[in-house]
This record gives sequence, structure tokens and C-alpha cells, in this order.
Amino acid sequence: MTIKAPEFGRSIPRIEAKQKVSGTAEYMHHFTVPGMLFGKIFRSTMAHGKILNINCEAAKSYPGVVHVFTGEDVKKLIPSPYYGPAFLDQPILALDKVHFIGEPVAVVLAHDPHTAEAACQLIEADYEELDAVFDEIEAISSAAIVHDELKPSGTFPDLKHLFGRKNTNIALDFHLKYGNSDDIFAKAAHVFEHEFSTQQAMHTPLEPMVSIAVPGDQSITLHSATQMPSFVRLEIARLLGWQENQVRVKSAHLGGGYGAKVYIKLEALVTALALLSKVPVKIALSMEEQFYTISKHATTFKIKSALDASGQILARDCKVYWNGGAYADIGPRVAQKSGFTAAGPYNIDHVSIDSFEIYTNRPPAGALRGFGIPQLVWAYESHTDMLAHEINMDPLEFRRINLLRNGDKQATGTVISHMESDLVLETLAKKMNWSQSFDRGSEFIRRGRGIAIGFKASVSPTTSNAVVTIHGDGSCLLAMSTVDMGQGSDTAMAQIAAHTLGVPTEKIKVIRPDTDITPYDMGTLGSRSTYHMGNAVKLAAQDALDRLHEMAKKAGLDANSVHPPHVILQKTYGMQAGTVVGFGSFKPAYAPPDPATGESTNVTPFWMVGATGVEVEVDTETGHVKIINMINVVDAGELVNPKIASTQISGAAVMQCGFTFSEEMLFDEGQLTNGSFADYKIPGIHDVSFPMENICVKATHDGGPYGAKGIGESGTFGVSPAVANAIFDAVGVRITSLPITPEKVFQAIQENHKG
Amino acid sequence: MSTSTSIQFTLNGKAISVEVEHHIHVVELLNRFQLKGARESCGQGLCGACTVLVDDLAVSGCLMPAFMLHGKSVETVENLSTINEPLHPIQEAFVDQGAFQCGFCTPGFVMMTKHLLALNPHPSDEEIRDFFAGNLCRCGTYPEIIAAVKQAAEKLHP
Repeated sequence: MTIKAPEFGRSIPRIEAKQKVSGTAEYMHHFTVPGMLFGKIFRSTMAHGKILNINCEAAKSYPGVVHVFTGEDVKKLIPSPYYGPAFLDQPILALDKVHFIGEPVAVVLAHDPHTAEAACQLIEADYEELDAVFDEIEAISSAAIVHDELKPSGTFPDLKHLFGRKNTNIALDFHLKYGNSDDIFAKAAHVFEHEFSTQQAMHTPLEPMVSIAVPGDQSITLHSATQMPSFVRLEIARLLGWQENQVRVKSAHLGGGYGAKVYIKLEALVTALALLSKVPVKIALSMEEQFYTISKHATTFKIKSALDASGQILARDCKVYWNGGAYADIGPRVAQKSGFTAAGPYNIDHVSIDSFEIYTNRPPAGALRGFGIPQLVWAYESHTDMLAHEINMDPLEFRRINLLRNGDKQATGTVISHMESDLVLETLAKKMNWSQSFDRGSEFIRRGRGIAIGFKASVSPTTSNAVVTIHGDGSCLLAMSTVDMGQGSDTAMAQIAAHTLGVPTEKIKVIRPDTDITPYDMGTLGSRSTYHMGNAVKLAAQDALDRLHEMAKKAGLDANSVHPPHVILQKTYGMQAGTVVGFGSFKPAYAPPDPATGESTNVTPFWMVGATGVEVEVDTETGHVKIINMINVVDAGELVNPKIASTQISGAAVMQCGFTFSEEMLFDEGQLTNGSFADYKIPGIHDVSFPMENICVKATHDGGPYGAKGIGESGTFGVSPAVANAIFDAVGVRITSLPITPEKVFQAIQENHKG
Repeated sequence: MSTSTSIQFTLNGKAISVEVEHHIHVVELLNRFQLKGARESCGQGLCGACTVLVDDLAVSGCLMPAFMLHGKSVETVENLSTINEPLHPIQEAFVDQGAFQCGFCTPGFVMMTKHLLALNPHPSDEEIRDFFAGNLCRCGTYPEIIAAVKQAAEKLHP
């Protein structure tokens, strides 16, 4: 077909916009099935302990309670009830031991959630207390061992060597050796070493996690607020020893995800409960319970660089320690797949990276908007700024000298391409008027500015499939398992399909993920959908067009002119009838890294790069830091929908402001003490009272659909270190741990005065 | 001891008489009428996703016991427009400005906008921020929300 409307690149509103503003958009939050039971979870009050006894009798006899189940009940149904994408370490309900405060131990099922919650209070559990460990560095050498033995899932061949390891809290150690940094450090003119840390934080999607399981005869249907319907089907089928087609997983609009709703969260639990009770079961978490379910890794990062006299970075050593909490979830993949970029977007000939995923007795940590990258950028961009100051060089100039550009080799050995780091950095410098003088404030209110740039490799290898169906009247269905959690994927994919088919986007209806209908997709995460699913959708639309073209020939339509789909279908079937189905599958090329050195010739299908510049005011009498201007610049390739792209960047930066200034899960001996918006402060409207400019540089990626690539995380990369660098510029103090609270800044200023 | 009460109130302009248990809150009651725009999220009145108007005042529907609606008038986002109806200028402004991503908090912001513009037809950026201090958007679309409120103000009070 050659009817081309420029659907790609149009800033149309989201296709579900009307439903969202009128309150009618469907979320699993509201999903109900007649006769379903509501589950409430009884949670561990001990950070590490042997389960001696769980007394459920009082709860069972509470009026209105239908069932109370524990891990032992689950075990009768599923003999090995352990799940996880990397390690099979997480039991559906605690078995033998509890590993953190908040771990699910038992569930009460009742006809309404209030009854279930009231009865939950009546359960009593006795534990034999075991030594616990909470800090990632202490856990390396601690006598307290979280898991007796490592249990890699077998899904990933590169984790096999860990199988059966004992007496260790190191779930995974990843190593990358590029060049020979030891020799360089021994001879270099300047060597600087710094340590940075980040805090444990939570995604807090406003739609808290929710799953419903409806049992059938040798089948089960899950309605779940999940970012990964295909994975959930696979993992539930594996747990039950069933075929994939016995498990049906449906998702809906998600009220936020940000990585919280990947892999298995409540799905295995509601499946077990529904099969045990033989009726549908719904579990909807409270905001507090989300904190016990998944989080963002706290980290410690020791980074060391060798410089020559001109400011060239000769070698860099990175040691990153990820506090994975009590269960691995996808943490080991964070340590590896983000770990290999720990040296930053710099062209360094000698790099050594050691990245450790560590078990502790805290709530589990996994993926949160950036898959570990924001923690890394925090450290390497603070460090980079410190290096520049150490050798009296302008921080922008220092980055220019060392920047990793297209054609350079990254530390894995992969040659960088389609990553406009240079353009991103120069655009930021220009927008910041970096070369101009800057108002540095007055006596107590000092002003400073800072920049930071980070990069990320799209996780690989992963697969996306899509199906495009054309009806007799030319209207289309797009079936895919990508989940729209607010990032705008339904709209973007409909635009790509429409652009390929040559029809208006309004003609495309996107089918909500349903594994009985929508084909396989690895998952909606890591900014992978635009590139991977976008390619699959484009291929599916192209396949449909090819079939139409064949039909037109067979139907005797003039081969030299263009025929709309409905004309071809009507000519073929003699009336408004028939269906054309196009299928698209996309899996990018990939070379797995060498297990010993971490080297690979093709480690990722695309690189993301994002930079942030801020101007801040620091109140030297209170330590309060106020952003007065923010500029975010990213390379997202060609933009499917520029308006939604801009909102993605801005939203990512706002979220990262929370992790920069206020958000931190606080613990007292493993007990979370601030699992509520009263004490855990996410950004509100007053926290975004500064002008913010969001820029996508002119760029294209040959491998992406019409040149597009991922965008959802790039706005998070530079925010935190840009703020720390600006604070240093303003008042000469260096904050090395997140979040940057007024207390920390004030104390640092006081110590600086003493010093 | 009675655990439920019979109440009469007005819901989106319609007279309602219903028996409510004492422990349920306004959002739960609204769900029974298939009104799903107001949502319980934080459950503590700290995020505003549950906002509805009671006698024209914005309240947290997850905190207010349902029986307290007796004799009052409740307005939810669905009263502005629901399926197959043209959008209200406030809703239109949120669409035009792209003032949401996941959309879970949006009905709360829309109802807050209605309340604000009734009190102050032309609010400044700072007045908008002050009024919306109790509404959270985890997707961070605050700049777009401010633009949407201003667009709605222009349309409703030219």
C-alpha cells in the first residue's frame, strides 16, 4: 500500500484519554467476579527466624472467614512452591523460615476484605530468632546467612555456576575486565577514589498491586495488574506443572508500574489460594504492603580513576554492591545487565567492574525505572565532577575530553553506535549557557549549577510478537502483550501500525493484553517496547499489507493502482466480510558476554543516553536546596509522539527528584518505619515549582521502527548527580549519599566551615 | 447493636436511598453504584485519588464514612461526562494538555479543579499549587496539570 498519512510523529492525545479523564478507564483495581473471596496477608514480624508454629484457629473461627492458609497448605498443592525470574528462592507463603519483616506467612480468605483483615489480626506465629543482616557491605562477611543455599532458576545458562553455593550472601558476582587497569593505576599521575551510596526506595504506584485468580477445570485465569502477562503465564504454568495454554493472564491499564509490577508479585499467591479454595480470589495490597513486596536497591559503589596530566581518564575500577533484600527477584540481572555500564559513558581503555547482588534481611529489591542505572550514574557522575575539580578543569570540558562517542568501544568491547552522547552533552551545555557567567547568589542564599550524563544498554536478548487484523470495513485490531501503564504504548504502537498500514490511528483498536489472544512479549520494562514491540508491530502491519497485496492480485484488481483494504476484502469476498491477519516477530541480534571477562561484540540492540543540568539555590543557614531551573536532554531516536515523549522525560525527572531529595525507606532492625505517604514523601506539586525544559535531540536509530528507540528511563539518569554537583558548585560541599536532605547539606556546610 | 444505617443522599443529581454498614467509606459505596472514578490508593487521605465533591467541597472519599453522606449531595467525575458524552471543559483541558500518564489520579485532579475554579475563576500557578498540595501524581505530570487548570479556567470564565 502506498496511502501514507504521517501517523508516525503526530502528537495526538493518548487513545484512551477520554476514558482516563472521565473515570471509566479499566484497571484491575476494580475487577470483581461474582462469588470471589478477598484475601488479606498475615506478615512476618521477624527479620530472620525459623517458623515454629502458626496458630490460625482463632482466625478460622472468626465470623465470615472462609479459609486460612499457610505455606504448608500451599505445599500440598504445589510441592516446590518457589518462584523467581533469576533464582527459585521465593516461596508463595513462607516455608520453614521467614527472611524479612513483612514477608507473607498466611492468608485469610473471606467474603469481604474487612472481615479478612480483622481475622488476620488473630493469627499468631512463633519463631526461633536467627541472626539477621541488613547492610549490603556487612552481609558480605556476616555470619548471618540469609539463604542456606543458592538456587538459580535454570532459565539463564549464565547463572548455572552459582547452583548449590552455600554459606554466602552473595547471590551473584559479575565481573568485567577490559584492558589492564592494575598496571595503569600503579603508574598514573593522578589516582582518585571515592565511595557513594544510595537508599532503598519504593515505586509506590498509585494503583497498588492487585491480582485476581479464577479457577476453572484444569485451567486458571488471572486478572492481574502486571507489566509481564507472558512471563506470568509461563511461571504459573511451571509452578503447576501445566501447559502454558491452561493458564490465561489478562492485564488492563495499570495505575503506574515503574518496574514494581514485573515478574511474579501476587499472581502465584492468588493462583494457589484459588486452587485451594476452588473459588475466585482477589488480593489487593494497601500502600504500606507495597513496600514489603518490591523496592529499589540500596547500593554502595566504590569507584577509582586514574588520570593523566591532561585530564584523560586512563583507567577506572568499579565495585558495586547491590542490597537485594531477602529474595532475588530480578536483582541479579540488575547487577549484571546494568553493572557492565558502571564506568559511565566515557572512553576508557582500562576498566574493571565487580558488581555484587547481595542477600540481606530487608524487603526484596528489583527493577525501578532505570534498572539500576540511576544508582550507577549517581556515583560515576558525582565522581567525574570531583575528578574535574581535583585537576582544576571545567566539569563540562572534562566530560568532553573523555566522552564515549559513536565508534568508540564501550568496556564490554561493543562498538558504540546510534548513541548521540556528544549532541546530548553539547545541547545541554548550550541550553545551560554554560560558557556564560552565572549569578552566584548573596550571603546566605548561594547559587550553583551542575550537569550529569548517563547511559544505559537496552536489556538483551528479548522477543516481541504482534498481530494486526484487518476487518471487512478496513478497521484494524492490534493484538500485543505490551502493557500500557501510562507510558503511552497503546498510542505509540497504534501510530506505528497506522503509519505502516497507511490509515489514520483512529482506525486502530488496541486489544488489552490477554495471553489467550495477544501473542508473546517478554515484558513491558526497561524502555524496550518502542524498539522491540514497535518493530514487531511494524512487521505485523507489513505482513498484513503483503497478504492484502496478494489478495488484490488474485481478485483481479489493477496491480498499478492503490486499493484501500476494505475494497480488496469486498472484492475478494463479494461483500463486507473476511479477515486479514498479519504477524510480526522481532528479536534483535545479540552476542552473549564472555563469562570470565564480560566481553561481547554486540551487547545491546540500542543505547539510551540522558543528561540533566540544574541550577540550585542553597540556603546555608538551613541546608535547604531549591532547584531553580532544570534541563533534561535525551536521545530517544525519532519520536513516535513528541508530546507523550516530552511528558515521559519530564515525569521521569520528577520521579527522580523524589529519590534525590526525600524518598528513603527507613528501618529499625529490619522493621520499616515509614511505609506511608505521611512519612515517605514522594514529589508533590510544590516540589516541581521550577521551570523545566525537556529536549529530545535530533537522532535516528537504523534498527528501530522508523528510527525510534526507548525513552521511559532516560530522564532519570542525570538528575541526582546534577543536583549534588550544583550544590558543590554553590557551597563547596560534597554530598555522597542519597537522599540529599537539608540535614546532610547543613551538616556538611558546618563541617566545611570547621575544616 | 446496629451495624448499618439507612441514608438518603443525592448522587450526581439523583436521589438515593441505601443501607450502609458503618465501617465502609464513600469510595466503597460509590463502587457499589459502579462509579469507579474515585479510587482508594494510599487509604489515608494523603494522595487525593479518592477525591469527590460533597456539597461542592472536595473531600477524601477514602476517609469519610459513607453514612455521613446522609442529607448531602455527592458529585463524582462521572457527573462531568461519562461514556458517549462530550467532555466537560475541565476534562477536555486535561486531554489537550496531556495532563496525565497512567490516569489513576486524574479523576481526583479533575474534581479538585472543579472545586478550585468555583472558588477562584482565574488562579495563578502558585494558587493552583497550594490548592493541589494534597493530590499526588506519581507519573509526575504536574507541569501539564497546571497548564490544564489554566486552559479550563480560560474556557469556563473567558
